[in-house]
Amino acid sequence: MEKKTFVSTRNACKLCAPFGSTLVFKGIEGALPFIHGSQGCATYIRRYMISHFREPVDIASSSLGESATIFGGRKNLSAGLKNVMKQYNPKMIGIATNCLSETIGENIEQYIKEFQSNDKAYSKIPLVGVSAPSYKGTHQTGFHEAVRSVVKTLVKRKGERKKLLSILPGFVSCEDLRHLKEILEDFGLDYTLLPDYSETLDGVFWNEYRKIPEGGTPIRRIKEMGMSKAVIELGKSLLKSESAGSWLSKEFDIPYYNLPLPIGIQESDRFFKTLEKVKGFPMPEKYKKERGRLLDAYIDGHKYLFGKKAVIYGDEDFVASMASFVSEIGVIPVLCASGEDRLKETLKTLIDPKIMDQIEVLPSSDFMEIAEKAEVLKPDVFIGSSKGYFMARKMKVPLMRAGFPIHDRMGGQRMLHLGYKGTQMLFDRLVNIFIEVKQETSPVGYSYI
Amino acid sequence: MAVVLEERKDQVLRLENGAKDIVCEKESLAGSVSQRACVFCGSRVVLYPIADALHLIHGPIGCAAYTWDIRGALSSGPELHRISFSTDLTETDVIYGGEKKLYQALSELIDEYKPKAAFVYSTCIIGIIGDDVQSVCKKAAKEKNIPVLPVHSEGFKGIKKDGYKAACDALYRLMDENKDEEYLEDNPFTINIMGDFNLAGETWMIKEYYQKMGIKVITALTGDSRVDEIKKCRHAKLNIVQCSGSMMSLAKKMKEVYGIPYIKVSYFGIEDVSDALYQVALFFNDKTVLEKTQELVRSEIERIYPKILEYRKALEGKKAAVYVGGAFKAFSLIKALKTIGMKTEIVGSQTGNQEDYKLLREVSGEGTIIVDDTNPLELSGFIREKKVQILIGGVKERPIAYKMGIGFCDHNHERKTALAGFQGMLNFAYEVYSTVESPVWKWTQPDYL
Repeated sequence: MEKKTFVSTRNACKLCAPFGSTLVFKGIEGALPFIHGSQGCATYIRRYMISHFREPVDIASSSLGESATIFGGRKNLSAGLKNVMKQYNPKMIGIATNCLSETIGENIEQYIKEFQSNDKAYSKIPLVGVSAPSYKGTHQTGFHEAVRSVVKTLVKRKGERKKLLSILPGFVSCEDLRHLKEILEDFGLDYTLLPDYSETLDGVFWNEYRKIPEGGTPIRRIKEMGMSKAVIELGKSLLKSESAGSWLSKEFDIPYYNLPLPIGIQESDRFFKTLEKVKGFPMPEKYKKERGRLLDAYIDGHKYLFGKKAVIYGDEDFVASMASFVSEIGVIPVLCASGEDRLKETLKTLIDPKIMDQIEVLPSSDFMEIAEKAEVLKPDVFIGSSKGYFMARKMKVPLMRAGFPIHDRMGGQRMLHLGYKGTQMLFDRLVNIFIEVKQETSPVGYSYI
Repeated sequence: MAVVLEERKDQVLRLENGAKDIVCEKESLAGSVSQRACVFCGSRVVLYPIADALHLIHGPIGCAAYTWDIRGALSSGPELHRISFSTDLTETDVIYGGEKKLYQALSELIDEYKPKAAFVYSTCIIGIIGDDVQSVCKKAAKEKNIPVLPVHSEGFKGIKKDGYKAACDALYRLMDENKDEEYLEDNPFTINIMGDFNLAGETWMIKEYYQKMGIKVITALTGDSRVDEIKKCRHAKLNIVQCSGSMMSLAKKMKEVYGIPYIKVSYFGIEDVSDALYQVALFFNDKTVLEKTQELVRSEIERIYPKILEYRKALEGKKAAVYVGGAFKAFSLIKALKTIGMKTEIVGSQTGNQEDYKLLREVSGEGTIIVDDTNPLELSGFIREKKVQILIGGVKERPIAYKMGIGFCDHNHERKTALAGFQGMLNFAYEVYSTVESPVWKWTQPDYL
């Protein structure tokens, strides 16, 4: 089949920058996300997040209308910030621009300075601005830009070197964040995890509506990140110029480890070895056992997996680590696709060249292109977000939901992907998909394997 | 008690002696965390169900990504509307203009998908970067020989309602093409259903009622509609307008230009749906039609009413809050809730006008709180104050109810359960019953209950 290339995007495999930025702000203690632009963006982003996390997501907007667009949004921004302070009493406001405010040339940094100097009463609440034009990059760009802005705005002091480990996990699930914290605590590490929306976007039952959910990275801890003895940043797709970790490392002379998401044995090993190095002693027994059990499971299940073909799609770092994991167990990631544009480079940082040869890589792609390619490659499984459901359904191929978003099932926020434990869960789900297909298509319908 | 920002106080009305008129149809207040979307959203939801048209969103990716397949508008045939096409503008396009890309996108997509018409939605930045969308559409229409209609839906240029108007303008231009075409129809009783979007198959149910009454539906605007039907709809004898907020401007225009009278109806609730069908029958004033209508209404009520009474037993005296997009729907919901024995304590809408709110006042009891363009903090405060047991709203309202520990019924455009018509009333009663009577509240009741 001859490949048609389209100028247009048909069912995007990406979101826009303000999405990622507001998500980061949701992960800071007491912070309220704010979009400087038209009203709709805040609402659309809220409902997209709510449908995955199933939690309240309050995002304010400066609600720029026609006159503010012509005469400038300064007044709306300042009125909006004051209203948010009155209503929510936040400890911080994270302000992302969007395509509208960027196109009309709003200078967010300057507006923030003016706002804070005009009225002393408002100068105590930290305001973090991030430029997040929707026409530049994807939600991942907005995410990393926001982490970088938070760090650059809040980390000031350079003090005595502490035992602190700064960890920048990237866009992972709430359960992943909780697991990372568990690991760091078990290692006895003093850490700052930024952002941390594990509680704010997967919280407990409340009884009474809360203005800002409990949880998130404490601002005090962010301020101390300049004193870290090491910084670990997950995600190989990051460019140095975009990365908060490399900024911290450069600015405060801190050792910097940029690692892929720890999915699979190889990448989990790399992650745990880095922690061992930072801490200075071997990983706790608990994780040795988790690793051992995972290896044991790999062996138990390998016959059901060998030679199976997977199509993996989503964010570059997720796709790369997932591809690395499935190649460890004999599944061929025949197609790796993302709406982002550096997928090939990202994959190459962790995938064996021999395996790379078997992968078709579709960077800057969309779901229709992925579906058309999948029709040719005839995979045995799709791995990725719920947005791939339509092609899986059409092709009658199972979909293993993972990553973001999971809009058609409960519990996407509680799905674990990282570490030996996360890999174990993914492994069990994946192998069972093939076992089930075999069982379902068997004329006998046996009840043991 | 809920804290209401000073500037919003006139948009909250407590029904007491001497209460003033509510203030509405305002731009959302910056920083208030409005539940509203934007102009684009208004256009997108109205035109979306036209299943054999190409819907191309001109702008950066966000607007297309967030609205991909979110509306549960079913089609009995083609499903082109479910693909979210975008010109996906990037930084270079913003600098040099997006016209060329728009033209290319239109050409390739019309060639590939052969739609009967194309709608091009302008998003926020299109007007600002100065793209001449009209000319591009004209050129494409001429070359491809299908109607290519620009929809002026820049997000910041007003509120959702202005988007409805932009969509209606596009629909009018579509039906006004080929004016001289002949229309042959034996049935003298022809109507258009306006403002029903076939969510969960609701248009199909309503069409079936009219069919049983001996009335021919030319098209539904826009549930399960086709371009060719819409082109013919100016031949109808009567327009039946539901969701008047979205379709009123088109109904008025069709009256003015084609002399088609219209009536305003609602298909939600036994009273309103019966009234709607009788009004149509009385308009045609035909004995057979009237008899058939009576028979239909009688048999449907006989079928559903005993079951509704069962639910009513459990629900009698319970308190509800309603917050929806259009005020006319809120009006019907108050009556439908009354049918199952419930009192509406709080009612509000995103886009109601003065006339709508006057009607709401008439059906609301003393002490009811009426809100325009409310937000999570106000809404949760009022719910607490009024000791409400169930909230009826959309996706963004759901977590407010759930976090507070009260029931919720989705009455928004994503719903998968039909709530219109007689069967819809039964479904609605069951929806309310199943959430209020669920055992899960045993451990999670709000402290006011």
